This record gives sequence, C-alpha cells and structure tokens, in this order.
Amino acid sequence: MIGFVLFFAWLGFGGDYIWALSNNHHPFPWLGIVLTAAAIVTAWYAYKTGPEKVLWATGAHELIDPQTDAERQVANVVDEMAIAAGVPRPRLWIVPDPDPNAFATGHDPRDSHIAVTEGLLKICNRDELQAVIGHELGHVKNLDVRLMTTLAALVGAVLLVRDGMGRMMGRGGRLPGRSGGRRAKDAGPLLAILLALWVISWIIAPLVTQLLAMAVSRRREYLADAMSAQFTRNPLALASALEKIESAAAPTESIKRGAAHLCICDPLGRRLTNREGWLADTFATHPPMGMRISRLKGMGYAQLKKEGGSFTNSALA
Amino acid sequence: MWVLLVLVVIVGLWIVSAYNGLVSLKNQTANAFKQIDVQLKRRHDLIPNLVNAVKGAMDFERSTLEAVIQARNQAVKVNASGPEGIKQISQAENALSGALSRLLVTVERYPDLKATGNVGQLQEELTSTENRIAFARQLYNDTATQYNTKQQQFPTTLVAGLAHAERTDLWEIEDQAERAVPQVDLSRR
Repeated sequence: MIGFVLFFAWLGFGGDYIWALSNNHHPFPWLGIVLTAAAIVTAWYAYKTGPEKVLWATGAHELIDPQTDAERQVANVVDEMAIAAGVPRPRLWIVPDPDPNAFATGHDPRDSHIAVTEGLLKICNRDELQAVIGHELGHVKNLDVRLMTTLAALVGAVLLVRDGMGRMMGRGGRLPGRSGGRRAKDAGPLLAILLALWVISWIIAPLVTQLLAMAVSRRREYLADAMSAQFTRNPLALASALEKIESAAAPTESIKRGAAHLCICDPLGRRLTNREGWLADTFATHPPMGMRISRLKGMGYAQLKKEGGSFTNSALA
Repeated sequence: MWVLLVLVVIVGLWIVSAYNGLVSLKNQTANAFKQIDVQLKRRHDLIPNLVNAVKGAMDFERSTLEAVIQARNQAVKVNASGPEGIKQISQAENALSGALSRLLVTVERYPDLKATGNVGQLQEELTSTENRIAFARQLYNDTATQYNTKQQQFPTTLVAGLAHAERTDLWEIEDQAERAVPQVDLSRR
C-alpha cells in the first residue's frame, strides 16, 4: 500500500524533476502532487470499497437464512471454523458457479466475507468443506484479506490510470523532450538515466502491481494451508479437497482476473500454476498444486504417526 | 555512563512488552474458556428441542434418547464456572458428549431414518454442535498452552510473578467412555 503510493510519488515527482532539469528552472511540481494525491485517493478508495467490489463482480449472494441441507451444512461449518480460529463469524456468500472454488475478502477479522461456489458445495464432503473454509479463515486471521483485496482493487485502478495517462502523454507528452533536447546535454548523464528509469517505470507500473499481488499471494497460500491444518487437525482433508478442486479443471467463469489471487486455487485454470521453475514462480498467483498437496500429505502422515493412526475430528463427522 | 542508560532503557522496554504479552495471553485464555461455555450453553438449549423433534421417528431407541436427556440435565446442574471449575464441568460435559455420540452412531445405523427430514437435520445439528465444542476446546487448549509455555520460558518467567501469571489447566478428556472409539454394529437387525 505504502509502496504503491511511493511508486506513484516517484512517477509524479520524478517527472517534475526531469522536467526541471531539462528546463533549468523549477516549475511548480504539479504532476507530482496530482499523481501522489491520485494514488492516495485510489488506494483509500480501493481499501474502502474493495470487498464490495470483489463480491459484486462475482455475482455472489449472501446466505442469511439457509434452506437446503447443503446450505445449512456450509453455514454450520463456517460457524465451527470461526470458533476454531477464534475470530468472529464471517459473512457467508454463495457464488452461483458450477466450478468449485472459494475466496475470502474483507478488511479485518471483524469485517470479513467468505464466498464459496455452488460447485464446491456439491463435490466436497463435510471434512473437505471444513478444510477449505479453514484455509479461507486462515487468510482472514493473517489479515491477508485486507492486503489482497486492496491489491485486487489496485491492479484494476493502475490499469485505468495508466491508460488515461498514456493518452495524455501521447498528445502533449513530447514537450519536455523537444524543448529540453539541447539542455539535456548540459544536465549530463544523470538526466538520461532518470528519464530512462522514469519511462520504464511508467511502462511497467501495471506489471509491478500485479507481480506484487502474486508474490504476496503465493507465500500466503502455503501459510493459509498450514493454518487450515491447524484449525481442523486434519491436513489430509484439505489435500483431498484440493485434489477434487484441481481435477475439476474448468476455469471459474464468474471470478475475474483481478481477483484471481484471492481464491483457493487459480480460477483461470492456467497451466502455469502447475509448473515449477522461475517463470511460474514469477507469474503464477498460486504455488503449484502438486506442491501444496504433497506438503499437506506430509503433515497428515506426520500426524498419523504421532497419534498412532487415529483421527479425533474425523471420527465424529 | 551512556551505555548504562541505554541498557536500562532497553531492559525497561523489554519488561513492559513481556508484561503486556503475558497479560494479553491471560485474557485470551479467559476468553477462549468463555467460548467453550457459550458453546456448551448452546448445546444444552438445543438438545431438548432436537430430541422432541425426533421422538416420534425414533420410538424404538427410547433408552438412547433418554440417556442423552439425562446427561444433559446432569450437565446443566453443574454450576461451577471459570477455569477453576474446569474439572467438574468437563466431567459432566464429557458424559454428555459420550451419550450424544452414541445417539449419532445409532442414527447412522438406520439409513431409512436419515431420509425423514427431521432426523437428517438432527444429525447435522448434532455433528455441528459436537464440532463447535471440540473446536472451542481446541482453541482454549492451544491458547492456554501458549500462555503456560510463555510464562515458564526464560526470560519471560522473570516477569511472570509481576503479571500474576499462573498455570492454567487444559481441558482434558477424562471419561474412559469418550476416549474409546464408539462401537459400530454393521449387522442389520
């Protein structure tokens, strides 16, 4: 968040500085002030309205009065996991989509939302549902939701700002280059480097925010998996839920690209998510599914060994 | 001289943070215990309704239902509270848990019964109730363990007396009946 504002401050004030260097007089740094203000407003707006935007974009409806057995069960499971995590009960939303997926959003544990698709309710048994909700509550408890929802809104906002600025620059943006051409030589290589850096920053601005979202997201997925195992004491249930979700490989249509890093597994059904190596490490929003499952199974077997082969929670459910 | 001053400030800051950490854990433990109470109360309120709802459908399992009601009434009667009464409460509640799990196993034995609307709901509610209590207990035990570990570990143990930190008991399963895996009879009668 702060990084986002600072990045825009650099874009604005950097532009002013280059302008000042090339013209040899100091104009009022309007670009810097306007851009920084815009970044602050955007960040604040994204923070405030993020959860509503994300939920609205997926077409979810809130489950207030459960009617069917499946609805009653998921409502109960959310209650149980909220107790296990020691957080207030989050609001539960149902996304009308046949593909299994789930995501969490909100500002902090006191104001959080968990959304599951209808497909998830259909294919998961009680234990697996518990594990998936536990994973999402892990995100809530780690305050990931605030960060990730804000990032989701920012990725969208940056694209918008970039497009708008690009159009403006296309019309009047060549001014400093033309008038400062001769003087640029006087200012020396510093100006050239700054200018290059500045232009590059503009080009990669959307990429940077997206990469930020992804890097944050991948590490957090492992953590949330571990927290789910801590809440349910049943890591194998999450492993089998992930296997089921993965084998239903169809992309989740109602979840858009911007919110991809919020979900339990990549809703775009990208092949990349399942590959390893630096490319996937840089561009995937989720760690490889195989890796997550094998880590969970490792936890499960360690637990089995310790308890001498009996589960406490799965015995009841 | 300056080194000494800096040292004193650092030690002072550490004492404050260790003290506050202990107090926060103490209150979290108390809160987690209250959560178990809340869930137990919920179970006590729920059971009579549930049993009434399925009484007709399960006329042939009278004794199982009555055992549940009796255990429930026993548990309500215990009026100990707070972490001090943990032994008393847990004994009564564990007996109730045992009776309920026997009821669940019984319901499981009659697949036709599950199809009748009320009983399917009863099963879901009972499972959920038992899970809620188990998870509340788990949270309490986790928090209490964290609290106990913190106050015994060096160097936090030095300020434990200052923060009035005392060892809290964990919620244990004492009833042999609950420890045992319920017997499931698979032969149809």
